[in-house]
Amino acid sequence: MTWITKPKLHHPKLPVNALGFTHRDYEGAVSTLCAGCGHDSISAAIMQACFEIDLPPHRLAKLSGIGCSSKTPTYFLGQSHGFNSVHGRMPSVLTGANLANRELVYMGISGDGDSASIGLGQFAHCIRRGVNMVYIVENNGVYGLTKGQFSATADKGSKSKKGVSNPDSPMDMVSLALIAGASFVGRSFSGDKKQLVELIKAAIAHKGAAFLDVISPCIAFNNHAGSTKSFDYVREHNEAVNALEFIEGKEEITVDHDPGTTINVTQHDGSVLRLKKLAEDHDPTDRASVMNFIQRHNARGEIVTGLLYVEPDSEDLHDRLGVTARPLNALSDADLCPGSDALDKINAGLR
Amino acid sequence: MSAGTTTLEQSTAPDKRSNGVGHSGEAAGMPPTDISNPAYFHKVVDCQWACPAHTPVPEYIRLIAAGRYTDAYMVNWQSNVFPGILGRTCDRPCEPACRRGRVEAEPVAICRLKRVAADNKDDIGALLPAKPVKKNGKRVALIGAGPASLTVVRDLAPLGYELVLFDGDRRGGGMIRSQIPRFRLPEEVIDEEVGYILDRGFVETRFGTRIESMKQLLSEKFDAVFVGSGAPRGRDLDIPGRSEAAKNIHIGIDWLSNVSFGHIEKIGRRVIVLGGGNTAMDCCRTSRRLGGEDVKVIVRSGFDEMKASPWEKEDAMHEGIPIFNFLVPKEFTHKDGKLTGVTFEKVVAKKDEKGRRQLLPSGEPDQHFECDDVLVAVGQENAFPWIERDCGIEFDKWNMPKVNEATFQSTNPKIFFGGDAAFGPKNIIWAVAHGHDAAVSIDKFCNGEDVAKRPPPMTHLMSQKMGIHEWSYDNAPSNDLRHKVPMREQAVALKSIKAEVELGFDRSLGYAETQRCLNCDVQTVFEANLCIECDACMDICPVDCITFTPNAPEPMLRMMLTAPAENFTQDLYVSTPLKTHRVLVKDEDVCLHCGLCAERCPTGAWDMQKFLLEMTHATEARCSRA
Repeated sequence: MTWITKPKLHHPKLPVNALGFTHRDYEGAVSTLCAGCGHDSISAAIMQACFEIDLPPHRLAKLSGIGCSSKTPTYFLGQSHGFNSVHGRMPSVLTGANLANRELVYMGISGDGDSASIGLGQFAHCIRRGVNMVYIVENNGVYGLTKGQFSATADKGSKSKKGVSNPDSPMDMVSLALIAGASFVGRSFSGDKKQLVELIKAAIAHKGAAFLDVISPCIAFNNHAGSTKSFDYVREHNEAVNALEFIEGKEEITVDHDPGTTINVTQHDGSVLRLKKLAEDHDPTDRASVMNFIQRHNARGEIVTGLLYVEPDSEDLHDRLGVTARPLNALSDADLCPGSDALDKINAGLR
Repeated sequence: MSAGTTTLEQSTAPDKRSNGVGHSGEAAGMPPTDISNPAYFHKVVDCQWACPAHTPVPEYIRLIAAGRYTDAYMVNWQSNVFPGILGRTCDRPCEPACRRGRVEAEPVAICRLKRVAADNKDDIGALLPAKPVKKNGKRVALIGAGPASLTVVRDLAPLGYELVLFDGDRRGGGMIRSQIPRFRLPEEVIDEEVGYILDRGFVETRFGTRIESMKQLLSEKFDAVFVGSGAPRGRDLDIPGRSEAAKNIHIGIDWLSNVSFGHIEKIGRRVIVLGGGNTAMDCCRTSRRLGGEDVKVIVRSGFDEMKASPWEKEDAMHEGIPIFNFLVPKEFTHKDGKLTGVTFEKVVAKKDEKGRRQLLPSGEPDQHFECDDVLVAVGQENAFPWIERDCGIEFDKWNMPKVNEATFQSTNPKIFFGGDAAFGPKNIIWAVAHGHDAAVSIDKFCNGEDVAKRPPPMTHLMSQKMGIHEWSYDNAPSNDLRHKVPMREQAVALKSIKAEVELGFDRSLGYAETQRCLNCDVQTVFEANLCIECDACMDICPVDCITFTPNAPEPMLRMMLTAPAENFTQDLYVSTPLKTHRVLVKDEDVCLHCGLCAERCPTGAWDMQKFLLEMTHATEARCSRA
């Protein structure tokens, strides 16, 4: 952390978005994480993405559990809603909040401990239900707050800072999300902001459970030789499957430059995901082949990144439950308590 | 803590016009920045770079903040010789250059902070150079006791020179004493700072005797002669009525000096000042104090084109003096040998086919202003009637001596020029800078050395790191806007020619103003081989001046940064290639020097290091070699 607050003075020529905000208006408090933490880069990418899509900060709800990653919502969008829940229980709180007010943008921020260990069950079920959210796992493969034990996502054979090898198999969060039915799955790297910002923008526009696994090196306990989550290792083994350009629905889509190598996926809100294909055998709309693709590349020790899977005609929890389209706080007494006639009708229907 | 003091003896003195940092701009991209070239970091310290005498401004501002007024004064005294005088009257080229003016509305009040140091210092007698025990046997004559000559004296005296200073006036100071009105610069301040040079037995003064012949002076067997006689001739305005109404038409600088020496104590009720420079501003404000109730400034050019500094125009208007523009004086009207007013032709500014501004008659009827006195302040000139044209000094077609711009040597190798006498009217701080350079030349000349070889500046680069997040400078910039200098109540100020208008910052206001300084001399120094490209510095930078990017030729690279680097006068700091073959690029333009990049850097690739550059004056150049 730093002892001074970030100076208010800013570059005189900063661009402003449609709301008249600069990217600095999307900042939170100064980070108290270790200097150089990958999580801070992810926070910066979130701020940049929200700035670029003109998101009014107060329309975002950011929720988290416990851990280094779960501290980060304090460090971005200081003018938004936030909830810091108990360890591994963010998905339940997020689901509840989403049911109560479907008009906010929900962002769940979690880590490999919070989602792959103590919160594994909550994670899987939240995805399975198709809660409309962006679920980001800031994945560093290590328990940083308790000084560097292997987490559940640490690769087998990966070395700790003290040189001990990890004997256990890792949880692959991306595969898990695909199995659980996520309708938008991506993986990125905190050191590749260009890719990450586009993925976050696309995920926010997506309807349904959007999951992003972001590899985020732990500068203090997992950035040494022998680690598979270090800056050097991830850079060497990073295989981007595509280059994503997120195009908001209101923008006119001009002629496709490279038919054959570029595919456009239109989401329900009209936004277009323009994907420049980098891997030959990757089709981002075919769940089974994507799972296959990931397993093949995992076996080769490659870390595939990019937009791995997207279901253009996705649905979310509200569609499935058929609940009211209005936020609960916008319902009047008459809506909530329709009277004894209505009750009689319901009772009659159950007889 | 990585601390290192480096002396860059091999480097050359900074070039005043270009940054001296070579960018070959090859197609592959920008070459890595050579920070061992003292000009690179010097240029980042905008104020110091802009100061003709290269005063280390942030260094003395920090000393003021620490309450070390005497030390702050001495840092100034070393560089610019007249801190108390300049703290009131400097033309302050440092302020338009100040980085604060680019990130916020207004620059740091550097000039007024200098005065805070001067006003609050203790006795500095013990800190002044001691009289040399041994004379070096060389005799140097100095003509004119203004800022240029006094600087030469200060630099040469400790080396044992026998110095003889001539001036037509009875007291030293030159234009500082004769032309700057007392309400801007009290006499005690002049006496004190001129006294540090003249009253210490270093120099023989022959005041009250004007030099009438260079040849005769040369016959006195001096080893070198320095001409610092200023630009003493005020330009006249030869239009109809000039001679008939002569009694009430005065040349501005002569009139000001007569006021300064107490020969003139009154002026008419209605006064017109002709001219738009700083002398005109001094004339009109002086008139307000000598009985002028209806004082006007009337200028040929437009308001923005006037030569006077913006703050001097403001000060004049603040005292109820209107400024009229686009009026060209045509005739002095008079009746019975007495001035009655001035007639003006109205003009408009138009651009000719070559794009040059021209003042053309507007066709409107002439305008007549009534007045009792006119002060003509339309420029001043050099005049060397006392230099015989056959004493080895060549003159150019404008009748100015040919003087080398770097060495200040004339075509007669033993005669040197400086101040306004060298290249025409400028201001005190330029005269001081000339004096330093001329002193170096004179010393080299008298020792049989090549005057063209200039001593390099001394530079120190030292880490400011005290702990993980602690620096030995105050790195949090203040959000205060520029503080206003308290002024004397106008009714009181206008009653006396001697009542100083500006009261100066007191200690607490001065402290508040120091906190606006961005410490631009504390440099962001980057070690590419330590960088792991985690982006932390880029993410935290409050002014978006850091980018990791593929390299490119400069014009392209400037547009590829997080915030486009559109200020081409400010350099890009480019690293050697990093692991990912990208480079780190830092746009120096609006960097706050807050050190957050270094605080968020996990590997210490960034460090905040104080760059102190001190010009090598004649005294140090000779002593360090001895």
